[in-house]
Amino acid sequence: MSQYKLIHCTINGKEVEKMVDVRASLTDMLRDDYHLTSVKKGCEVGECGACNVLIDGEAFNSCIYLAVWAEGKHIETLEGLLSPEGELSDIQRSFVEETAIQCGFCIPGFIMTAVEILNTGKLYTDDQLRRLLSGHLCRCTGYENIFRAVKKTMYRRHGKPIDF
Amino acid sequence: MNKVGRSEIRVDAFDKATGRTKYYEDRMPAGALYIRIKHAEIAHGFVRRVDTAAAVAIPGVVKVLTCFDVPEIDFPTAGHPWSMDPGHQDVADRRLLNRHVRYWGDDVAVVIAENEVAANQGVRALKVEYEELPFVIDAQKAMEPGAPQLHERFPNNILKHTDIRKGDYQAAIQEPGLICVDKWYDTPTVQHCHIENFGCYAYEENGRIVVVSSTQIPHIIRRAVGQALGRPWADIEIIKPYIGGGFGNKQDVLYEPLCAWCTTQVGGRCVRLDCAREETFVSNRVRHAIRFHIITWLRRDGTIVARKVDCFSNQGAYASHGHSIVAKAMGSFPQHYPCDNMECDAYTVYTNRPAAGAMRGYGMPQASFADESNIEDCARAIGMDSYEFRKKNVMPRGFHDAFTGNTNYYDTYRECMAKGAAYIDFERKKKEFANDTGDIRRGIGLATFWYNTAVYPISLETSSNRMLLNLDGTVTFQCGETEIGQGADTAYAQMVAEAVGLASYRDVRVKSCQDTDITPTGLGAYASRQTYVAGFSIRQTADILREKILKYANEVTRQAVGCMDIVDGNIIRKEDGIILMSLKELAMTAQYNPVHSEHITAESTYTIRNNAFSFGCTFAEVEVDIPMCKVTLKNIVNVHDCGRLINPALAAAQVHGGMSMGIGYGLSEQLIFDEKTGKPLNGNLLDYKLSTILDHPHLEAEFIENPEPTSPFGTKALGEPPVCSCAPAIRNAILNATGVAIDHNPINPHVLFAEFSKAGLIQDDWREEEK
Amino acid sequence: MYDMKALYEALSVEDAIALRIEHPEAQIIAGGSDVLVQMREGRRAGKELISIYMIDALRGVSIDEAENLRIGSLTSFSHITRDPLIQRYCNVLGEAVDQVGSPQIRNVGTIGGNTCNGVTSADSASTLHAWEAIVELTGRGGVRRVPIKDFYIKAGTVDIKPDEIQTAILIPKASYENTCGHYIKYGLRNAMEIATLGCSVNVRLSADKQTIERCRIAYGVAGPVPMRCPSAEAVANGAKPTKALARDFARAVLDDINPRDSWRASKAFRQHIAVEMAKRALAESVKLAGGELA
Repeated sequence: MSQYKLIHCTINGKEVEKMVDVRASLTDMLRDDYHLTSVKKGCEVGECGACNVLIDGEAFNSCIYLAVWAEGKHIETLEGLLSPEGELSDIQRSFVEETAIQCGFCIPGFIMTAVEILNTGKLYTDDQLRRLLSGHLCRCTGYENIFRAVKKTMYRRHGKPIDF
Repeated sequence: MNKVGRSEIRVDAFDKATGRTKYYEDRMPAGALYIRIKHAEIAHGFVRRVDTAAAVAIPGVVKVLTCFDVPEIDFPTAGHPWSMDPGHQDVADRRLLNRHVRYWGDDVAVVIAENEVAANQGVRALKVEYEELPFVIDAQKAMEPGAPQLHERFPNNILKHTDIRKGDYQAAIQEPGLICVDKWYDTPTVQHCHIENFGCYAYEENGRIVVVSSTQIPHIIRRAVGQALGRPWADIEIIKPYIGGGFGNKQDVLYEPLCAWCTTQVGGRCVRLDCAREETFVSNRVRHAIRFHIITWLRRDGTIVARKVDCFSNQGAYASHGHSIVAKAMGSFPQHYPCDNMECDAYTVYTNRPAAGAMRGYGMPQASFADESNIEDCARAIGMDSYEFRKKNVMPRGFHDAFTGNTNYYDTYRECMAKGAAYIDFERKKKEFANDTGDIRRGIGLATFWYNTAVYPISLETSSNRMLLNLDGTVTFQCGETEIGQGADTAYAQMVAEAVGLASYRDVRVKSCQDTDITPTGLGAYASRQTYVAGFSIRQTADILREKILKYANEVTRQAVGCMDIVDGNIIRKEDGIILMSLKELAMTAQYNPVHSEHITAESTYTIRNNAFSFGCTFAEVEVDIPMCKVTLKNIVNVHDCGRLINPALAAAQVHGGMSMGIGYGLSEQLIFDEKTGKPLNGNLLDYKLSTILDHPHLEAEFIENPEPTSPFGTKALGEPPVCSCAPAIRNAILNATGVAIDHNPINPHVLFAEFSKAGLIQDDWREEEK
Repeated sequence: MYDMKALYEALSVEDAIALRIEHPEAQIIAGGSDVLVQMREGRRAGKELISIYMIDALRGVSIDEAENLRIGSLTSFSHITRDPLIQRYCNVLGEAVDQVGSPQIRNVGTIGGNTCNGVTSADSASTLHAWEAIVELTGRGGVRRVPIKDFYIKAGTVDIKPDEIQTAILIPKASYENTCGHYIKYGLRNAMEIATLGCSVNVRLSADKQTIERCRIAYGVAGPVPMRCPSAEAVANGAKPTKALARDFARAVLDDINPRDSWRASKAFRQHIAVEMAKRALAESVKLAGGELA
C-alpha cells in the first residue's frame, strides 16, 4: 500500500504543492514530480554530491533527504539561477568562462554549493574554499577550474582583483 | 588558421551550466519498466537453479528472466572496430546472463518490474543455488598448473601471449662489468568513476529495437547488440545523448544487449537499466592490474645495454579489450627508452575478478609506473642523476617506428622535461630537499611517458562526417566521434569553421547526439584520437562543401571558382578581397532558386592510415610525514607535446582531469578483493578513495606545441596522456624524500607503514616485544 | 525511491514517544544519512521508519540552569561547528564534527544520529567520551541521563529503551571549564572519509602552565566502541608537560586500546598511528591551553 502525503514547499521561489510518495527521496521528487533534471544521481548515498540542492539556503544531498521533509522548506536547484530573461548568474558565468565544465554531470551540484558559499558574503582563503567545496566528486576537471570559477566569483563580489 | 588555436568557450557550456543538458536518464519515457540484475555472490561456480517463485509473486514484478532463458550466443564486448579478418576479431565469451559464474558480481538473472522498489525486492527474493568452484584472482597464480579454469577454450587461463625480440639479449648481458637492476613492479585494479553511472533504456519501434545509452561508441554498440541478439545489425538503432563521462568504461558494450533483449521479452515496452554506483565498480569494467618483471643491464656510464620485460595482465573474468591493453604497454618499452637488445613477453590472463577493459591510458599508466620506476632505480644503481639518465636514454629525435610509421619529428622529451624542470625549480629543490632528515621530509621526482594517438595500424581508423549549409549561412555538423565531456564538439566546431571559412566557431552547429540511423558512421570516442582522426575527415568534407558552395556561387556571380574563396562566412574575390556575397545569401539563393534549387551538403569518409607519437612528462613534489605514514603532494606539473592546440583552455582542462586520475592512481585508488571469497570489498565512493578537491595541490598544465606533420590541423593525442606519468613521478619523489623505493601503487598509508617499517624508518619497539 | 514499509512522522518529543510505543519494530530516523543508506543497501529494506527530523525543539545549543553545555540531539554538525557556545567552551567538538563526511553531510547529519548509531568511527564520539558527555534520553517515564561511556553497549548497540528517544547531549561545566582539547582524524583522504582512527585529547593546566592537572584521551576505531585510555591519562595527570611525558603518555595508550585487523587497516598500523596521534594531540592540547612541551 503506497502511502502519500501532500507536501507544500517553495521551489526556486515558487510555492508548490503535490502529493508525494513518502518513500521518495527529495531527488525523486524534484526529478520525477517537478522535472528538475539538473538534480543528478551519481551514487544515491550522499558521497558524490551530484544531487546537491539548497534547502533553506544550506546545501544538502537530496538523494538521502526524504521528500516529506521538504514540507515548508525553501528549495533551490540550478534551474532557479537563470534569470527570467535567460541570463546566467555570476557563478554560472564563471564556470563557463573558466572552462570548469567538461562532462557537466557534477556541475549542478557544485554550483549550488558555490551559491551557499558565496551567499555567506565571506572572503575565504584558498584552504577554506577547498574545504567548503570538498563534498563533490568530479572525475573530469581535477577540480582545478571549478576552484578558479568559485574563487573568481567570490573575489568579484568583493570587488577585489583576483589573485590565482 | 585563426579559428583553431583559440581558447573558445565550449559549445555545450551554457546548457551544462544551467542544468538543461539531457543525459540518458533525463530523456526517459514515462512508464519505463525497471530492470534490476541479480549479481552472483560467489566468485566462481555454476548456477544450478534459480527459484523465481517469490520474486514473481511480488506486486509490480512483470517478468523474471534467468541465465537459463537467454539465447545461446556468445558475443564480444570490446569497443573495437569490427574486423573482416576472423583472426583479428574480438574474443566472444559473454552471454546476456551467465550460468557459469566467473566473478563475484557476474550477471545471473534479471527482474523486470513496474517500479524501482518492486524490482529491487524481486532481486532480493531470488534464490540462486550454486555449485561453487575454487577461484583465483591473481594473474600469475591463474597460469599455474591446476589453477581454476575460467574458459574452456583458453588453457591455463591465458587469453593471449605475445612477445617482442630485438637484438640478442642473452649475448648482450654477457658483457663484463654490467650492472643489473632486476625488479618487480605491480599495479592495482582501479575503476573509471565517471560521475554518471552507466545506464540505458530500450524499446521496440516498428519491429526494430531502439537503445538510448550512456555510451562512447554508438555505432559499435549497434553491431554488438545485433550480434548478441542474433539480429541483423541494421535492426538496431542506438542513440547516444550527452554522457556524464566515460574514460573507457563506456567504450565497451556494457548492458545494452541485455536491455535490448529485455524489451523483446516484454512485448517491446520500454525498459530501463540503470547501474547503481556499486554495480559500476564491479559489474562494468575496470583497469587491468598489470605486474611487470623488468631486468635492465647497464654500463656505468648510463648506457642501457639490454632489457627483459615480462608483463602479466589481469584480465578478470571476460575478455573485453583483452590483450590489446598489455600489448600496448609492452610495445612502449622498446620505444620509450630504445635499447638494442630486448626480450619482452606479455600475457593476458583470465582471473575471477571483474572484467578489465579500456580505461584512460590503455595500459600506459601501468607501463609508465613500471618503466619509470625501473629507470629511476637504474639511475640510482649507477649513482647517476635520474634526470640526466633520462636525457641520455629517452627516445631521441628522429626515432622511427616501422610498424606504426610514427616518427619522433622533434626532441619532444627533452623539451618537455626542460619546461617542467624550469616550472618546478627542479635543480634547486633537489639540492635543498637533500638536507631533510627529520620526521617530515620533502622530495621531488619526475617521470616521462610514451604514447601514440590512434589505433592505426592495429585496427581500422575511419572517420565520416556530414556538413549541411543552413539558410543562415551556418553549417550543421555531424560525426560519429562522440562528445564525452572532453570537449570534442567544441574542437570540431573550431576546425569546421576553419576548414570551411566561417566567421566563428559559433556558426557551426554540432549535433552532439549520435543516432546510428542518421549520424554518419564513426567509431566513437576512444584512444586519444577524436580530434586527430576527425581532423582528416573534416578537412576533406569541408573541401567538398566549399567546392559545392563556390560552384553555386559561380552560377550567381559569374566569377571563376578558382578566383573565389570563403573567408569569415563570405564568398570573396581572391584578387582584391571584395565580398561577393555572404554564405547566407548564397544558401537562400540556392535553396529557393526556382530554376536550380540545391540544398548544399557534403559528406565523406576518410580512412586514416597514420598515427602520431604524443609524449610528455610529470614533475612532482611531495612532503612525507614519516611517523604518520602520509604523503602530501605539494606541487605537480604535466608538460605535453600534443602538437598544435585546437583550444588551449580545453586542452589544459583535459590535462587537469588526467592528472587527477593519475594522482589517485599513485596515492589512493584501488579496488580491493577479499582473498578468502574473491568478493570486492570497497566498490563504493566512500571506500574507494577517489581524490577530493582537498587531495590535490594546484595542477599545472604546460605545453610544447610542435606541429604534428601528419595532421591537417597539426594536432595529436591529449585525452589519455595526462594520466600516464603522474603516479611514477610521485613514486620517484617519495623515493627522493625517504630513500624508500616503493614498487607498487597506490602508495597509500598502509603501504608506507609497511615499507617504512621494512626500511627501519619506523620502529615500533612494542611490535618486537609482542613477537 | 526507498523500500520502506511505512513512515511515521513525529513533530514533538511526545509524538515520537507515542510512535515508539505504537510501532516497536520501527527504526528511528534523524538526519537519515546512515539509516537511508542502509535501507538502500537492503539491510533495513522493507522496515517502518519513525522520522524525528522535523522536531525543531531538539535543535540548538544552550547553557542550561546547571551550566551544562546542552546540545539538542538534532543539531546538525555544521550548526555545532558554527555555534558560539561550542566555540567558546568546547571548540574541539566543533572541529571534530567538522570532519564528518562532507559539507552537505554535515548539514544533514545530527549529533544524536551520530551517537545513536553506536559506531566506533563516529567523529563526534571520541571527543564526547574525552569530555565525559552525558546523554539525555526522554521516554514515557520522563528524562534519563546516562554517561556516554555507559550509553555505548557494544558495536551498533546503545542504551535506548523502546519508548525513548535521545533528546540532548550535555557537557558538564566541570568537564569543559578551563579545558582545551584537540582532535585528530586519521583518514586515507582529506574529505569524505570514514576515520581509520580518531583521537581526542584535552587538558587542564595549572595556572602557571607547568602541570597537567587533568588529561583525558579517547579514541574512535581503537576498539568495537569509542573508548577512554585510563592508563595513558594516569601517566599524564599531575605531570609536567614535557616531550618525554608526551612519549610516555602516547606509548601508554597501547595498554588501553584494542584495535583489530580489518581490510580497512591492520591492527599494527592502527596501533602505530594511535601512538603518534596521541603524542601530537597532547602537544596541541597543551599549546591550546597556553602551555608548551618542554
